[in-house]
Amino acid sequence: MTPIVKKVTQLVVGLIFLYGIYIITHGHLTPGGGFAGGAVIAGAFILLVLAYGSDVLKLRKREEDSSVVESTGILIFLALAIAALFIGTGIFFTNYLPKGIIGELISAGTIPLYNIAVGIEVAAALFTIFLALVIYKEEVLK
Amino acid sequence: MEIILSIILVFMIIGAIYALYARDLLSALISCGIVGYGLVICFLLLQAPDLAIVQIVVETITLIIMIAVILDSSREELKEKKVADPKLSHFNKWYVINAVLVIVCLLVLLYFFKEVTGTLDPLGKHLTRMSAAYVENAAEQTGSANLVTGVVFDFRGYDTLGEATILFTAVIGVLTILRVKGKK
Repeated sequence: MTPIVKKVTQLVVGLIFLYGIYIITHGHLTPGGGFAGGAVIAGAFILLVLAYGSDVLKLRKREEDSSVVESTGILIFLALAIAALFIGTGIFFTNYLPKGIIGELISAGTIPLYNIAVGIEVAAALFTIFLALVIYKEEVLK
Repeated sequence: MEIILSIILVFMIIGAIYALYARDLLSALISCGIVGYGLVICFLLLQAPDLAIVQIVVETITLIIMIAVILDSSREELKEKKVADPKLSHFNKWYVINAVLVIVCLLVLLYFFKEVTGTLDPLGKHLTRMSAAYVENAAEQTGSANLVTGVVFDFRGYDTLGEATILFTAVIGVLTILRVKGKK
């Protein structure tokens, strides 16, 4: 890409990433949540790949990494859900942490943790799909 | 609000129809974008900002991917010669049967739409017993100030688990189809 695109990407991508994190962590207070914030973070990564070229060897390593991160995200989600079987009332998917005051950042028990896990999973999943398409194009259609 | 909503919906329908008949595939994609971003404005007007955020990001990502595909392959539509089939050109009894069926179905649909719109509440005011219970009690029961997140991760947690699993399975499918090493 041209230097203009690279420079603008450099300036903007951090803000997009921060906005995604904000949407995920404030998911139980303001509109948004795990899915929306994860999609925003994946958009930041996709912008980076689009601006800063396609070195296939590096990209393949990134793809393996993001695939691992995606599996980790869904495992965290499942672990949080299964932990409810052993803590408190012992029902799958119950909210076993104290709820706190409604409207504060640390409140609502396990819901922010679920949000973070889903955010990680969605961001890594969308980025993995994009990387798989890019690598396929670079390797096969050369 | 309903007038603005109707205008945006008409624009979306026009964009969808143009996308079907456009000669240039890139302009067809842009008109697909009209449909997606019009949907974003509809969500905002109907007071669903959660859906609007997701829709605007996912629409942008899919448009980027599809535009990359178009730029790499071809902007021209494939040209197929239309062969006139002599059997279909003149009068056929199946045409009459199809037309009668379509008209009957439309009339039945129209009747039921009229019945339903007479009994339901106006647009955006509809509240079933279940959702009324959610709206009243969700904040105390889940501790979440955002009602949507409270429903998604507490009342309907199994749905969210299934959704995350679907995304995981989709990634596995894409990685399997697009693998390069194993095919050679």
